[in-house]
Amino acid sequence: MRTIYKATLFALALVFLIGATGCAPAAQQAAAGPVTIHILTQDQAGMKPAEIDQIARDFEAQNPDIKVNMEYLGYDFIHDKITTGMAANPPAYDASMIDVIWPDEFIKAGYLLDVTNRITPEMKSGIFPASWKGVTRNGKIYGMPWLMDVKYFMYNKDMLQKAGITDPPKTWEELVDQAKTIKDKGVVEFPIVWSWNQKEGVVCDYAVLLYGNGGSFVDASGKPAFNDEKGVQALTWMKQTIDDGLTNPSSVSSDEAAVEADFMAGNSAFAVNWLFQYSDSNDASKSKIVGQAAFAPMPVFKAGAEAGVKGSSVDGSSSFAIMATTPYPDQTWKFLTYLTSNEVQTKYSKEMLPIWKGDFEGQKLEELKAATPSNPVTVPAFLGQFPYANERPTVSYYNEASAALQLAIQEALTGVKSPKEALDAAAAKWVELGGQ
Amino acid sequence: MAINLPKRRSTLRQQEARIAWLLLAPSLLIMLGVTLWPVISTFILSFFHVPTGINQIRTFVGFANYLEMLRDRLFWETIGRTLYFTAVSVGLELILGLGIAQLIHSRPWGWQFLRFSLIIPWAVPTIVNGAMWRWIYSADFGALNGLLMQLGLIKHYVPWLTLPNMAMNLVIVADIWHTMPFVALVLQAALAGLPEDLDEAAAVDGANAWQRFWQIRLPLLRPAILVALIVRTVDAFRVFDIVYIITSGGPAYKTLTITYLTYLNSFAFGKQGIGAALSFLISAFTIVMAFIYIRFLYRPEETQ
Repeated sequence: MRTIYKATLFALALVFLIGATGCAPAAQQAAAGPVTIHILTQDQAGMKPAEIDQIARDFEAQNPDIKVNMEYLGYDFIHDKITTGMAANPPAYDASMIDVIWPDEFIKAGYLLDVTNRITPEMKSGIFPASWKGVTRNGKIYGMPWLMDVKYFMYNKDMLQKAGITDPPKTWEELVDQAKTIKDKGVVEFPIVWSWNQKEGVVCDYAVLLYGNGGSFVDASGKPAFNDEKGVQALTWMKQTIDDGLTNPSSVSSDEAAVEADFMAGNSAFAVNWLFQYSDSNDASKSKIVGQAAFAPMPVFKAGAEAGVKGSSVDGSSSFAIMATTPYPDQTWKFLTYLTSNEVQTKYSKEMLPIWKGDFEGQKLEELKAATPSNPVTVPAFLGQFPYANERPTVSYYNEASAALQLAIQEALTGVKSPKEALDAAAAKWVELGGQ
Repeated sequence: MAINLPKRRSTLRQQEARIAWLLLAPSLLIMLGVTLWPVISTFILSFFHVPTGINQIRTFVGFANYLEMLRDRLFWETIGRTLYFTAVSVGLELILGLGIAQLIHSRPWGWQFLRFSLIIPWAVPTIVNGAMWRWIYSADFGALNGLLMQLGLIKHYVPWLTLPNMAMNLVIVADIWHTMPFVALVLQAALAGLPEDLDEAAAVDGANAWQRFWQIRLPLLRPAILVALIVRTVDAFRVFDIVYIITSGGPAYKTLTITYLTYLNSFAFGKQGIGAALSFLISAFTIVMAFIYIRFLYRPEETQ
């Protein structure tokens, strides 16, 4: 009997001991030896995971006291991964990629570390002001700019040639005409593909069309305006291209990766996507259309062009922010400054162009164009499209507002509601959220 | 170590019970810590307005979170959709599971292989299963379109997951494929334990196979069916991962289930109080459903 009591007491003691050590902050446990920092980012836009892994290994070689643990996820999972990761203390991630639409929400939640004092004058003056704008709120800076991206219009040169089309479309109306020709000549069944699934991608594509029609998300007073005539026209047009068999109907369940897969498989002549699609399209290991992808300025609607709209796209820039509760802000910042340094960004500019404006001037511009096989094409495309990047609203409830708009667009595209009815409901939700 | 043994010696049974409790104590403590405490704290949370974040101000709002949901049309649409998912999924699983259990029980050629192969879909993690079915349903590259095209049943690829009236049924098919084996195995095990003599006696009395199944086996299977129904209904009502992977609630929320709505509120929209209230509303629904089953199916006198 006594042995059993002793064994039980011992087991209980062990359990409490394990429980107690389990509660100790990881920081104390890892006081000695190299520090490991955990960084979350996406495996879609921007540098490829293999490239970032290489950058991390180079950084570790120079900083033996810091280990970098990268975690890559599809873009659509990152936001929720941050919010769940921040429920732990210390947080699951020391830093994360932050999309341009998240800072307001995350600053309000207290997730992002104020790094204003860590920014050097060289960083401040060397990086594009548009990039700083994305991470600055009320004069404070909450992250390190990382990626400047916009949605681009890409087409398949060979397919247009086969259909006897000499120039890519300048307006969405011309796109419809060209798509009809391509379809009628049997080049492809569905000439256009979009990321219209019920995620952020559909809001980005809608923004491109809405602003290209002279519309906007909100009016001067901040009230929702996307349900006005211009917004309804844009959404009606989207639905019409599906009904006419010009837009691939699978677009309604496609994210950007699916758009890229469709374009690279040679199933579509036109695609709207982020920059990464271009270099992937020329990668023979995954693309059937090597050498066929080309950029054209994003078309606008005829009515928009007549009203003075010269171009339209959507800003999809992102940054890296340090999580406020990390035990390793200094080590994390050291890595982030290396990752976003001019040298590293120029070297790895195949999938994303640098945030450093010096790279786009004089001799440096020529060097940048020559840095990778994609750059002679992507650099001019970027310089032509980025000035027309439109912003999505910067409000702390953006995620829920966007979800309401995503729902509205999907309801219209699947015929559940009329475009006007669906957009009115979303606008009402925006007003409600704004009042909370 | 000096232990004063009690004067009145406890019986062997009492001693054994005490040792059992002592040995169970550590795991019970851990279970209380990881299940009971979160449940209590979520319950408290459901009465507060709590924005997601660090050091956010909690405002007591009473039953406002519950009322907001109960007054929300989206909530009731989602409950209806989840009930549809549960009824169709569990109903078909039960019918198919019973059929397959009966088939295995009749020991046809290759029944051992059949029983073994049943375990495979069930052993596949739900996430993997979801990813697999998403590919099967893919409009441009999916096996379903490939199969239907080769059979000449469709002329063009169909974007299955964009069809508002179809998407939920496709998720149900994926769920049935994954969890029907559980029902089949539970019922098959129960069938194997039934006394053969009743069946034989009925056969002697002239009952045909159909009558014997309906009049003898099915009533005897009731306890096993009850277990399978409760487990599967509660599971199906809380379905999340398979929806998350295959459709993410789309198109146009036509596959949005109640746990998914809870997830959206808690993590995507930063409304933890609403999320907590929804969790308890889900519990209320599952308890009611379990109660209904027990009320109508559980008859202890028959099993004795």
